[in-house]
Amino acid sequence: MPVTLEPRPRRETTYIGAIREGILEEMERDDRVFLLGEDIGVYGGAFQLTAGLRDRFGEERVLDTPLSESAIVGAAVGAAMMGMRPVAEMQFADFISCAFDMVTNFAAKSRYRTGVGVPMVVRGPAGGGVHGGPFHSQNPEAYFAHTPGLKIVQPSTAHDAKGLIKAAIRDDDPVIYFEHKFLYRRVKEELPGGDWIVPIGKAALRRTGRDLSILTYGAMVWTALDAAKTLETEGIDCEVLDLRTLFPLDEEAILESVAKTNKAIVLHEATRAGGIGAEIAAVISERCFEYLDGPLIRVTAPDTPVPFSPTLEDFFLPNAEKVAKAARALVAY
Amino acid sequence: MPPTRDQKLDIYRFMRLNRSVEERLVNLYRQGKIVGGLYRSLGQEGTSVGSAFALEKGDVLGPLIRNLGSVLVMGATPREVFTQYLARASSPSRGKEGILHFGRPERGLVSPISMLGTLIPVMAGVALAAKMQRKRHVALTYIGDGGTSTGPFHEGLNFAAVQRLPLIVIAENNGWAYSTPFRKQTAAKCLADRAAGYGIPGESVDGNDVLAVYDATRRAVDRARDGAGPTLIESRTYRMKGHAEHDGQTYVPNAELMEWTRRDPIDRYVRQLTETAVASVEELAAIDREIAQKLEADLAEAEASPMPAPESALEGVYAEAGPVPESMMIRRRW
Repeated sequence: MPVTLEPRPRRETTYIGAIREGILEEMERDDRVFLLGEDIGVYGGAFQLTAGLRDRFGEERVLDTPLSESAIVGAAVGAAMMGMRPVAEMQFADFISCAFDMVTNFAAKSRYRTGVGVPMVVRGPAGGGVHGGPFHSQNPEAYFAHTPGLKIVQPSTAHDAKGLIKAAIRDDDPVIYFEHKFLYRRVKEELPGGDWIVPIGKAALRRTGRDLSILTYGAMVWTALDAAKTLETEGIDCEVLDLRTLFPLDEEAILESVAKTNKAIVLHEATRAGGIGAEIAAVISERCFEYLDGPLIRVTAPDTPVPFSPTLEDFFLPNAEKVAKAARALVAY
Repeated sequence: MPPTRDQKLDIYRFMRLNRSVEERLVNLYRQGKIVGGLYRSLGQEGTSVGSAFALEKGDVLGPLIRNLGSVLVMGATPREVFTQYLARASSPSRGKEGILHFGRPERGLVSPISMLGTLIPVMAGVALAAKMQRKRHVALTYIGDGGTSTGPFHEGLNFAAVQRLPLIVIAENNGWAYSTPFRKQTAAKCLADRAAGYGIPGESVDGNDVLAVYDATRRAVDRARDGAGPTLIESRTYRMKGHAEHDGQTYVPNAELMEWTRRDPIDRYVRQLTETAVASVEELAAIDREIAQKLEADLAEAEASPMPAPESALEGVYAEAGPVPESMMIRRRW
């Protein structure tokens, strides 16, 4: 009997859908995995990221909690110590400040202090561009990158959103998973089938180039690619490295790229002083100073809170134009 | 169910062990051998031992720095306690941590951190895991009168109450949070009153009456095990020493100290045991001697054990570095 091969309909998954899919698969794979957070169950989460999961897994594994970030993360720590695999949601990444002690002092230090691992994920929507104002737009990764014991990831693609949440859930240490809310429904792609993860600690080359490296992560990967497209028309060939994991940094990938292009821009949406960019600059300076043909340039938000009004926020956020301007200056150096 | 004669003697043994271990720690402190501070539990042994003794195998306890008795009841050895204070490589935390900051949850102990109140949500999580795993285990933890003023205390207890988790919180009211007296910590008359705000049972007990503490905890444990949710127990006791050994507690009224000396929990329990003919003075003295002998050996062993290798400071931050060498040797009493 002849077999007719029909083209499979293309099914694109959004960034937010990819996170949901990753969580769902891990919950099916491992009954120790459970979710807890505010409004995640019946309502499906403020962004509907967990929509449908309560119906599928029941209210115990998709636990609606009181408005208590300390209790959410604290309970996740305790449950993780007892062999569960909790995924705690911060309704907005900004609110992780309310659970700072639990994350940085309880979860992060437990293995070192007492030999007791805390395999949990704290995740939440970070980032601006949606006019959320000072408390619904922050990028708090640097606070946590300064805390030994934590791992910090931020995906830029739907593929990585899924692969990294799965890796984070399987990790034996606490992972802070910042997802960029601007990308939730703006980024989508067809995802491969089967069971796969994106390993924590590995960067991804998004574009190869000769003239300079743009080292970035999260929504800024797309900004960097936009800038690279413009610069290409001017004869400037940019390499774009998506860090994906902010701690531990993929230093080898950074060094390999910079050793090739000899010039680098670090781009992040978070504010400047003490940001991830400062750490990357130090790594490059310490480990491949001789390869540099120009100063390392940071393109970041300025050192202010995230402003509310669209004209202010647009001014505040890095964009392709600012990256292109920095790139031109660096190439001319 | 009231404790059997053997259990009553065990309770005595642990109270005496608590005090005797601490007496050795005081000696070490005066000899300058202790690394860091020594946070005394003198006068609070009844609360620690009475509450921890109400637990069963599989239950998990989260102690605070003054709950030496609880830690011993859960099965930590005096040698482990000595090595913690001496910061030795063989300590349960391998020298990474001091004092009573050690524990393995699978063996019934969760290590506290110094930020007070944080243990309440974490122990609520321990109770949540027990509930989800369909184990009939309970979690028990402590909070000082000072710690009840923190946010996590409120968040954790409220969370546990809403989820009806098997959690018992012993609010150890010893009158002082460092130099701050109870009346400056809260306008509440009694810490058990706070339970009403969470819709859970609250009870206040005489913390220096070890059997009263045991009884109240036991009832709370039974309720928790039966799925009836958390209980807040205020244990009224007194901190007979300063915040730590460096603190001469000049701010404490002498009359108060005199009054609470009269209510010493061990003296009281000895009277109880002898007056009710559970044990003779001689029998109790024999227990004391046995403990003293054992402690000499434990202490010698701890003092002879080496300091950690300097470069081991880099080990054990992440799982990838490999498992941490097993040095936790808690032997449970079960």
